[in-house]
Amino acid sequence: MAARTLFDKIWDSHVVERLEDGTAILYIDRHLVHEVTSPQAFEGLRMSGRRLRRPDATIAVVDHNVPTSDRTLPIEEPESRNQIETLERNVREFGVPYFPLLSERQGIVHVVGPEQGISLPGMTIVCGDSHTSTHGAMGALAFGIGTSEVEHVMATQTLLQKPALNMKVVVEGTLGAGVTAKDVMLAIIGTIGTAGGTGYVIEFAGSTIRGLDMAGRMTICNMSIEAGARAGLVAPDETTFDYVRGRPFAPQGEAFAQAVAYWKTLAADEGAHYDKIVELRAEDIPPVLTWGTSPETVIPVSGTVPDPAAESDEAKRAQLQRMLDYMGLEAGQKIAGVPVDVVFIGSCTNSRIEDLRSAASIVAGRHVAPGVRAMVVPGSGIVKAQAEREGLDRVFLDAGFEWREAGCSMCLGMNPDRLTPGQRCASTSNRNFEGRQGPGGRTHLLSPAMAAAAAVTGHLTDVRELI
Amino acid sequence: MDKFTVLTAIAAPLPEANIDTDKIIPARFLKTTKRSGLGVHAFDGMRYNPDGSEKPDFVLNREPYRKAGILITHDNLGCGSSREHAPWALLDFGIRCVIAPSFADIFFNNCFKNGILPIRLPRDICDALMDDARLGANGRLTVDLARQVVVRPDGQEIAFEIDPLRKHLLLEGLDDIGQTLQHEGAISTFEAARGQTQPWQTRIVID
Repeated sequence: MAARTLFDKIWDSHVVERLEDGTAILYIDRHLVHEVTSPQAFEGLRMSGRRLRRPDATIAVVDHNVPTSDRTLPIEEPESRNQIETLERNVREFGVPYFPLLSERQGIVHVVGPEQGISLPGMTIVCGDSHTSTHGAMGALAFGIGTSEVEHVMATQTLLQKPALNMKVVVEGTLGAGVTAKDVMLAIIGTIGTAGGTGYVIEFAGSTIRGLDMAGRMTICNMSIEAGARAGLVAPDETTFDYVRGRPFAPQGEAFAQAVAYWKTLAADEGAHYDKIVELRAEDIPPVLTWGTSPETVIPVSGTVPDPAAESDEAKRAQLQRMLDYMGLEAGQKIAGVPVDVVFIGSCTNSRIEDLRSAASIVAGRHVAPGVRAMVVPGSGIVKAQAEREGLDRVFLDAGFEWREAGCSMCLGMNPDRLTPGQRCASTSNRNFEGRQGPGGRTHLLSPAMAAAAAVTGHLTDVRELI
Repeated sequence: MDKFTVLTAIAAPLPEANIDTDKIIPARFLKTTKRSGLGVHAFDGMRYNPDGSEKPDFVLNREPYRKAGILITHDNLGCGSSREHAPWALLDFGIRCVIAPSFADIFFNNCFKNGILPIRLPRDICDALMDDARLGANGRLTVDLARQVVVRPDGQEIAFEIDPLRKHLLLEGLDDIGQTLQHEGAISTFEAARGQTQPWQTRIVID
């Protein structure tokens, strides 16, 4: 058999049937469901009288709409409340396992899956959410789907798919002080662009990636979609197996040993073909952030905002100028020193315990700058409880941060956590699109450490000055 | 799902790259549990002022583009969020066909599931079609799916590629779940075999 990539192996092992034109009926091992992209799919099942084929391969949580304030109070926004209640009715009717709002296991679906051992190496994992790519850090083929496909998976436990192309992004070397997985991924997106990965699955490899903990790998895979790739992957290794071992829904005992033996066969074969290879040196990556309204607008924190006049394509020049105007920045301006109004530490990109520890290490002994609203939104109830055991909540609260309940929160502002027009936010989330965090809001994407640095200085800051 | 056969419609030119699905339909409008009714919010931030009044310069606020059935843009249309509310919003507005040099993968898939035909054409051709579209009601384009051509107002035909299975489903207005369920036997066989070879595959059961 020809040498195969990690993607090829997972793909091949899930093809139920190949149709005439090359489309595969691809088997899905795990279906993650949340309240925003599922109601129309459940309704579709109901209308067509179809059953949900594998409730025991499905897990539902509420995350997008949920308030991150006191959970014992009723949910104020009627439409949010309706969407949550609709999910609760649907999971009862179709027998879907569910972590409700008041469960400690509730949280952002992409934090909960790996944390519970629901997302495992070698699996196919889907969810009606583009950041499903996160679970690729487990060495699973995980990608976002639309609601029609959610219904398709519910009814058939499969999807109709064509194989993707293989891309390998290799990062070699040792990261400098203050440089994190988030900086690495932003640097990759800045290099290949927001459409650079379209049609590909990206496998992240090299000594830098191997050296990352699982949270870092999840940050990297999470933002694969921001590079246009539906899925990102990291080959499972001892770091992965150590992470999975003992988690509630992971195989236990002899079954775990059998699983590990299989997972070890998944790494790419020697000489496997990649359609595209991109290489970066860790030493070349400084702390970075975005200046514009596309995740590819990445610059070093020591850098300046680009000048549209240098762009020859008229449409692109107009777009750069529009970004500058929207962001309230000037061409050539130094990005460090730009004042911020809000700091958001959270989202499926950066809300795990490792992210909170990283931010807390900068915040400890310092105070949030006057006039800045700074908030920490843990990725799950489990993360929150762990942080509280470690005293991180005190570090943040003593510094003047808000310490909130788990959810998607200000990443996309479906709940009350939103920017107001013109507010500038240093955010550990994944998208800086116009209006993403609230109409007129201005988002700079950066790492938890860089967000913490902005919170305590009141402006975009090189975190290395605070280490 | 409505069939897609031949569409003759006003085309709206929107010469921007990287139009993300947040731009097509912002997150605050995703709280619906229905597929319909989102057209009024399509392109909300580009289309309306903060006070709710229309931005007169935005193409879909101008005649005759309020009745556009085709949208033409630059690269990477539909990037970002997987929300199917984006094609739902376009469809509810009246858009049945989107033409761009490139599309984001999930949005591209989602269009087909809703009877919207996404067509990839080179940038220079998209620009030429936008010039046609700027003629307004005199620049109607015709999209003939069976023949896989876009017909310009002067009669010139531009061929496009489409996956045969997707073409079939669109032409017939078929639900692909029904298609897949014809293979239910194969799915059951696969599941059973997997249970044998990978006994460590766990089930999700919450007490």
